[in-house]
Amino acid sequence: MEQIIQVKDLSFEYRNREDQPDLLALDGVNLEIAQGSFVAVLGHNGSGKSTLAKHINAILLPTQGQVRVAGMDTREEDKLFDIREKAGMVFQNPDNQIVATVVEEDVAFAPENLGLPSQEIRRRVDAALRAVGMENFKRSAPHMLSGGQKQRVAIAGVLAMEPQVLVLDEPTAMLDPGGRAEVMNTIRRLNREKGITVLLITHHMDEAAQADRVVVMEDGHVVGDGPPRKIFAQVDKMHRTGLGVPQTVEVLEELNRKGCSLPIDALTVEECAQRLMAFLED
Amino acid sequence: MLKDITLGQYFPVESPVHHLDARTKLILSFAFIIVLFLAHGFWAYVLCAAGVIGVTLLSHIRFRMLLKSLKPIAFLAVFTALLNMLYTPGQILWEFWIFHITREGLETAVYMVVRIMLLVASTSLLTYTTSPVALTDAIENLFRPLSRIHLPVHEFAMMMTIALRFIPTLIEETEKIMNAQKARGADFESGNLLKRAKALVPVLVPLFVSAFRRADELSVAMECRLYRGGSGRTRLKELKMGKNDGAAYAVTCVFFACVFVLTRMLP
Repeated sequence: MEQIIQVKDLSFEYRNREDQPDLLALDGVNLEIAQGSFVAVLGHNGSGKSTLAKHINAILLPTQGQVRVAGMDTREEDKLFDIREKAGMVFQNPDNQIVATVVEEDVAFAPENLGLPSQEIRRRVDAALRAVGMENFKRSAPHMLSGGQKQRVAIAGVLAMEPQVLVLDEPTAMLDPGGRAEVMNTIRRLNREKGITVLLITHHMDEAAQADRVVVMEDGHVVGDGPPRKIFAQVDKMHRTGLGVPQTVEVLEELNRKGCSLPIDALTVEECAQRLMAFLED
Repeated sequence: MLKDITLGQYFPVESPVHHLDARTKLILSFAFIIVLFLAHGFWAYVLCAAGVIGVTLLSHIRFRMLLKSLKPIAFLAVFTALLNMLYTPGQILWEFWIFHITREGLETAVYMVVRIMLLVASTSLLTYTTSPVALTDAIENLFRPLSRIHLPVHEFAMMMTIALRFIPTLIEETEKIMNAQKARGADFESGNLLKRAKALVPVLVPLFVSAFRRADELSVAMECRLYRGGSGRTRLKELKMGKNDGAAYAVTCVFFACVFVLTRMLP
């Protein structure tokens, strides 16, 4: 499969901050992301996960190393807008990404910047709103929507560029549980049905568990990379990074410590219950 | 309480007025304001009021909304009325100490109030029926000749759109900050004007800090969505004058002519 994002020996240093010493936020990160995959980058605050996300969109440029998006080096200035069109970025706070006072006019912002004819803009806006399930709100004012709905509008605003990659930087951090579920369902559907490559930055175990692949970051390094079942089975290691594991894994691990022998790779409550049932029947 | 501000709010419904080109509405509203100041006499004002009521009916905007927009200027209207009543010389109707109310004063007072009310109602109708984006588009379009002399017309229009977009967000934020401070014993309601103004300082500081943070994040988000200034930018809804716009211009011209005739014939 084609690697749409290639990160090679990437280091990044925050400089020129008067009161603090230079900070090495990323230190020799290597990462390749296949087209169409759903990758979660997991890490707690200060692990460098957001800094990594900002490199894929050329908001930040590498201090050392290289980032390629669809074959384009992010340091080539004349490719800047092509890269941003290929890799769309959704941020944490939906309020600070919405530009216009009507939903459809906000979604139209990116295609308008691309200079497309107005019928094409209309087609893209309608398609993007349908893709996130917000087509009934196209005439609404963004400030009247719930947090989850606003974030879906923000995602639609990026989808209207028809990107191949969607980079989401903690998109659920400011939402209530209902809004989080809405946004996660939307992201998963976009990945499965539209084949959009998703790079989800998060510190929620249960969100990372929904991805095909989890990349664990700590202090600017990649310390774990693999399918969620494998990553979360390394309970001790995950605890050492300060992240922990999903509660389902936690329960099974605790039981094992008390003398049971359960497979601990359960990521959903349903799976966890099945493991327990199988164990009790034996 | 702060949420009651209706100025600059758009009500998206389907109506012939909503479908008019924003430039048409902007030009006609502006012309109406001028005509309001040229009009004179009872019947001319009745016709102007009828015009505003007619447009309101056509645009499916509820009268309650129109009245709500008049509330903030009630004080101004009463104040102007009082001044006009007391200081216009003429035939005295009623006298007390140094105050005397004249027939002419009473007349001008009534006309002034009607004029102010119609002025605000007509501009409210403009913002109720036109989305802020369309309105700023129209302004950008009408002022485009000025960009030849290097005035940043597009940038001003963009700033206006963003300002309008963030009004409700910042109002919400102000309420949150005030509530947080009230919970810690801040007092915004008592004391004289100076004291109350001072109490607002701890509200304004965090509000400004957060507004700057928002501006920073928004600018990054806009760049990520390929914003690179006004050149080469197209629009979802291109401004287009149609048959309806022609009709609107024609009807309004006839209407203005009638107002002038009434001003002349029945002053």
